[in-house]
Amino acid sequence: MWMNPAVLALIVGGILACIAAGYGARLGIAILPNWNLTSGSERQLAMERKTYLASALLGWVMMFEFLSLFMFVHTADHLHDLFVGAMCAAGTLTVNAYGYPALILKILNAVLCGLWVLINHADTRAPDYPLIRVKYTAVLIIAALSVMEIGLQLGYWMHLDPNVITSCCGTLFSTDRQTLAGDLAHLPPVGTMMVFFASLVGVVGMALWFYRTGRGAGVLAVMSGWFFILALISILSFISVYIYQLPTHHCPFCLLQREYGYIGYPLYVSLFIGGIAGMGIGLLNRFKEIDSLTEVIPQMQHRLCLTVLIGFALFGTIAVYPILFSDFRLIGY
Amino acid sequence: MKWIQRQKYFLDFTLSSLLRRKGKHLSLLVVYTLIVFLLGSVMLFAGAVRKTAVDVLTDGPEMTVQRIIAGRHDFIPLQYIEPIQKIRGVRTVRPRLWGYHFHPASGANYTLMAAPDFEYGPDQVIVGAGVVRSWSGIAEDRLYLVGFDGRAHLLKIVETLDSGVDLAAADLILMSASTFRDITGVPEGYAADLAVEIRNPRECATIAEKVVRLFPETRPILKSEILRTYAAVFDWRSGYVVVLLAGSVLAFFIFAWDRAVGLSAEERGEIGVLRAVGWDVSDILILKWWEGGVVSLTAFFLGMIGAYFHVFLASAPLFAHALKGWAVLYPELHLYPDPNPYEIGALFFLTVVPFGFVTLIPAWKAAVTDPVSVMR
Amino acid sequence: MIELTDISKTFHAGKPNAFMALEGITLSLPLGRMTVFAGPSGSGKTTLLSIIGGMARPTTGRIRIGDLEITSLSERFLSDLRRNRFGFIFQDYHLIRGITVLENVMLPAYPSGPVHRDLKKRALKLLESVQIEDKARSPVEWLSGGEQQRVAIARALINHPETIIADEPTAHLDTDLAGAFLKIMTGLVESGKTVLIGSHDPLVVEWKGVHRVIRLRDGRIVEEKMEANLPCG
Ligand SMILES: Nc1ncnc2c1ncn2[C@@H]1O[C@H](COP(=O)(O)OP(=O)(O)OP(=O)(O)O)[C@@H](O)[C@H]1O
Ligand SMILES: [Mg+2]
Repeated sequence: MWMNPAVLALIVGGILACIAAGYGARLGIAILPNWNLTSGSERQLAMERKTYLASALLGWVMMFEFLSLFMFVHTADHLHDLFVGAMCAAGTLTVNAYGYPALILKILNAVLCGLWVLINHADTRAPDYPLIRVKYTAVLIIAALSVMEIGLQLGYWMHLDPNVITSCCGTLFSTDRQTLAGDLAHLPPVGTMMVFFASLVGVVGMALWFYRTGRGAGVLAVMSGWFFILALISILSFISVYIYQLPTHHCPFCLLQREYGYIGYPLYVSLFIGGIAGMGIGLLNRFKEIDSLTEVIPQMQHRLCLTVLIGFALFGTIAVYPILFSDFRLIGY
Repeated sequence: MKWIQRQKYFLDFTLSSLLRRKGKHLSLLVVYTLIVFLLGSVMLFAGAVRKTAVDVLTDGPEMTVQRIIAGRHDFIPLQYIEPIQKIRGVRTVRPRLWGYHFHPASGANYTLMAAPDFEYGPDQVIVGAGVVRSWSGIAEDRLYLVGFDGRAHLLKIVETLDSGVDLAAADLILMSASTFRDITGVPEGYAADLAVEIRNPRECATIAEKVVRLFPETRPILKSEILRTYAAVFDWRSGYVVVLLAGSVLAFFIFAWDRAVGLSAEERGEIGVLRAVGWDVSDILILKWWEGGVVSLTAFFLGMIGAYFHVFLASAPLFAHALKGWAVLYPELHLYPDPNPYEIGALFFLTVVPFGFVTLIPAWKAAVTDPVSVMR
Repeated sequence: MIELTDISKTFHAGKPNAFMALEGITLSLPLGRMTVFAGPSGSGKTTLLSIIGGMARPTTGRIRIGDLEITSLSERFLSDLRRNRFGFIFQDYHLIRGITVLENVMLPAYPSGPVHRDLKKRALKLLESVQIEDKARSPVEWLSGGEQQRVAIARALINHPETIIADEPTAHLDTDLAGAFLKIMTGLVESGKTVLIGSHDPLVVEWKGVHRVIRLRDGRIVEEKMEANLPCG
C-alpha cells in the first residue's frame, strides 16, 4: 500500500530523518574521543563547527518527528476506507501488528528529540560545551530509534493488506472488548476523572511552587511524565467522549478531524509541550552542579516551568470545557 | 521579548537579502512553485475525484445483485425478487433496467436507464448534460438512435439534467421501462440487476451469503466493496503519478542543493563580515532557515493556489486523462474543492520537508565561513 | 587589560606546508590606550589582531581579557565576545552592499535583539558623531571611500565595545583622510576606549596620539616604543 503520496512522503522523510540522526551519531563517535576544547588545533575547530551541523540536523529531525506524528495518524485515517470495518485511524492501525508499535515509537522519538533540543540549548549557553558527551550519547539512541521507527513504518505500510477485516474505533476502544485499549477506555470514568483532576491540580501546583522557589525539579518532572501518560489515557477514557458527546466513542484520533474542529491539535500539542518541558526541568536539574551551567540551568528551568504551566493549563482547559459546558453527561451511562 | 525582536531582525535581513539577489532566488522559486503545483494538482484532483465518486455511491443501494452466466453479466429474472425480499434484514428489492448504447457518430458510450416512475410518455427522454454536449448530429431536441433490431428510434428530449458534480449523470439517458425494452430488446420479466436495501449495513455480508446460497449464479456487490475499490484505485493512481514525477522532484532538489551550495563570492563575503562583527554560526543558520522558510512558504502557497485553480476551476486539464480514465464524456466534470489537512500535509511532506533537509547542509557550510577571511 | 602569554600560531600544523606566523608573543595591553602594531608585510600583524579579537584561535598560549580566559571558549562565546567587546574596522571596510548605511551600522547588534527604536537612535547618533548622518538612508555603494570608512567606524561602535581593532585603516586613504581617521580614534581613546591598529603606514606609526608602537618581524616582537610620558603595563 505504499503507492500513496502521503505514505511515500512519510517513508522518504523517515529515511531522511535516519540519515540526519545517523550523521549526528557518526559525528558523535568522531568527536567524543578527540574532543579537547583547550586545543586550538584545526581539527578541534572543525569538530566544533560540525556540532552546529549536528544541532541543525537534530532540530530538523525534531520538527519532522512532531509533524510526521500527526501526518502518520492522518494518513492512517485517510486509508481507513480500504479496510472493512475500519472507520478511522484507530482501525487502520490494527490492520497489522506494526501499526501501534510504530505510532508509540514515533511518540517516544518525538519526546526524546524534544528533550535533546533542550539539552542542546543548555549546552550551547555554556562557554565550554559541558554536555557534549551526554548530547552525543543521546544522539546515538535517537539514531537507533529512528532506524527502528522507519523499519516499523515500512513493515506497516508494506503489510497493509486490504483483505483484512479490522475493527473501528467503536469496537477497538469499546468497553466490552478485552484489549488493552479497551481496558483503558473502560476505566471507570468517575475514578479516572478524579485521578486526572487531582493530577492536573497537583502538577500545576507543583509547577507554581517550582516557579516560585526553584525547588522540587525532580518531583515536577516525574509528575509531568505521569500526567503526560495519564492525560493520554484520560483522552481515551473520558475526554474524547465528552468532546464527541457519544458515550461509546473513545477514539483518540477522530479528535484530529474536521468534524470536531481539529480540536485534537491544540489538545495534543499543548500536552506534548507541557510534558516535554516538565520532563526537561528534571533532566536539566541533573546538570545543575556543573560550574558553567549554574546560572544557565535555573534560567532555563524557570522558562520551562512557565511553559509547563501554559501547556498543561491549556490542555486542562480544552479537556474540561466540554465537561462543564455541554449538556452531555457521561456519568450515568 | 528579546527572542521575537531577534527573529524580526533576522527576518528583516533575510527579506532584504532575498530582494537583493532576486535573480538567483526567482528561478528557484519558479521551479519550486511548479513542483508544488504539479504534485498539488495530482493530490487535490485525486482527492476530489475520489470524494465525488464516493458521494455518488453513497446514495446508491447497499447491495446490488447481478446474475452471472458463463462468467458474464446477464439479465436477472424478476422472480428472484420474492425470495431475496424474504431474507431477514432486507428492506426492499428493486429491479433496475439499465444498459449501454454505443453511438458511432460521437464515438461514445451512453448509459440508458429506465427510471422507476418515469413521468413522461414513450419515446420521451431525460438526458444528462454530457449527452447534449457530445451527441453529434443532435437535431433540436431530438435524439436519433438505432435499436437492437435495427429499427430507428426518434427520442424527444424533455428535460436536461444539470451535470453538477454528479459523475454518473453526465452520460445518462433516462426513459420509461417500455421504451427501454423497446430499444434494447431486454425481454419482459428480466432486469439488469437488483438493488437491495438493507436495514443494518453491518449485516451486508451475511445477507450476501444467503443470496448466493439461494441463487448460486448471482453475484452480490456490496457498496462498501466498491467504495474500497475506488479509494484504492485513486490512491494508487495518485501515488503512481507521484512516482512518475519523482524524477522531476529529485531534479528539483538537486537544483535546490546546487543553488544553496553555489554561493557567490559576494554572498560568502557578506557572511564572513557578519561572522566577523559578532554573529554566531547559529545566527547565520537562523538567517538561512528564514531564507528557506520564506522561499518555501511562498512557493507552497503559490503552488497550492495554482493547483487549486487548476483542479477546481479549470477541471485539471493537465491530469484529467491520467487520473480519471473514464469515457470521453467527462471532460467538463466539475469538482468541488475539498482540501483537507491530509492532502495539504502530504504535499508539505513531499516538498517543504525534504527541501529543508536538502538546504540544511549547504546552509551550514556557508555559516561556518571563517570570520578571519574578512581580515585578508 | 588584555594579556597575551606566549602566543604562537602555526598554519597547517603537522603538514609539510606548516607555517609559523606568530611565535612566543607575550604582551599586556592596558585599557584606554592606542597601540599600533607595525612591521613589514607578512610579519603577522593581521594574524595577531585576529587572535586578540577572537576571530582565530592561537595554536598555543593564553589570552585573558580582563578576568576572562578566552583561549578555550566555545565558538558561540567567541562570537559573543567579538560582538560585545570588540569593534572591527577592516581594511576594505566590508560594508554590506544593497542595504542602507543605517542598516549597516545596526547589523552587529541584531543577534542581541535590542529594542528597534533604541538601536536606531543609537545608530543615528553614531552616524552623527562621524558626520555622516545625512547619508543614513543611502545605499552604501553611493558613498566615497572616506565616507565608507566612517560608516565602518560607526558600525564598530554600535555595541559599545571596549576595544576597537583596525587593520590597515589608512591603506586606501589620502593623507587628509588618514589624519581625520586618526583624530576620530584619538577621540575614542580619550573617551576611554582601547584602540589597536595594525599598520605599516608611517603616518599612523608617528601619529601624536599613539601611546605605544609594537614592531613585529617574522612573527616575533622585535621592538617596543612607548611615549615616554605615558605609563604602560
Ligand atoms: N590561512 C593561512 N594559511 C597559511 N599562511 C597564512 C595564513 N594566513 C596568514 N598566513 C601567513 O602568515 C604570515 C603573516 O600574515 P599576516 O596577514 O598576519 O601578515 P601582515 O603582517 O598582516 O601582512 P600585511 O602587512 O601584508 O597585511 C604571512 O606570511 C602569511 O602568508
Ligand atoms: Mg595584514
